[in-house]
Amino acid sequence: MTVQQDIEEKLALVLMPKHLEVTNESINHNVPEGSESHFKITLVAQAFEQKRLLERHRMVNKILANELAGAVHALALHTYTESEWFDRNGDAPLSPPCRGASLFD
Amino acid sequence: METLEEIKTQVKDNPILLYMKGSPEAPQCGFSAQASQVLMACGEKFAYIDILANPEIRANLPNFSEWPTFPQLFIDGELVGGCDIITELHNSGELEPMIKSAAAAV
Repeated sequence: MTVQQDIEEKLALVLMPKHLEVTNESINHNVPEGSESHFKITLVAQAFEQKRLLERHRMVNKILANELAGAVHALALHTYTESEWFDRNGDAPLSPPCRGASLFD
Repeated sequence: METLEEIKTQVKDNPILLYMKGSPEAPQCGFSAQASQVLMACGEKFAYIDILANPEIRANLPNFSEWPTFPQLFIDGELVGGCDIITELHNSGELEPMIKSAAAAV
């Protein structure tokens, strides 16, 4: 299983999202070809209702704690409730471009 | 243990504090760059600590804040979040009042 599949499975299982999109953005960063280090995750879930962004991100970080302690270096996280997602017309922000620091910096 | 005390002091002494990779003038990571740009747009002075130059801080801060990645913004001693949260709060208009009130209390 790839890291990406692992992330998708864990998030789907725990959060039961209405929408889940995991994109490997490692190619945009200063890492070897084929890396699975930088991901963008867009999640729409009822579990985020009545929760501040900090709490939502903590939920995701906790689910992916093993991955973050291992191969995964950065997550761009976009977490919405269904009504927020509807208001945004299903549009998540772009991730910022790399500034050069390698994984070891 | 010493590092943990150092972090506590930093967070306590600086009402607006960004832990980042590089500096606002020369950020070393896109997420840190975006976070510092958003903070600068709020128009108040803020403190920053370059975690690339402070490996002890980098190693210990995630345990203190229970937050695995960088950058990390603290306002009045509380973790606000990373780049995505800072940006989202800025876009929704919530960040600037938080920054202004923290700066005014100094």
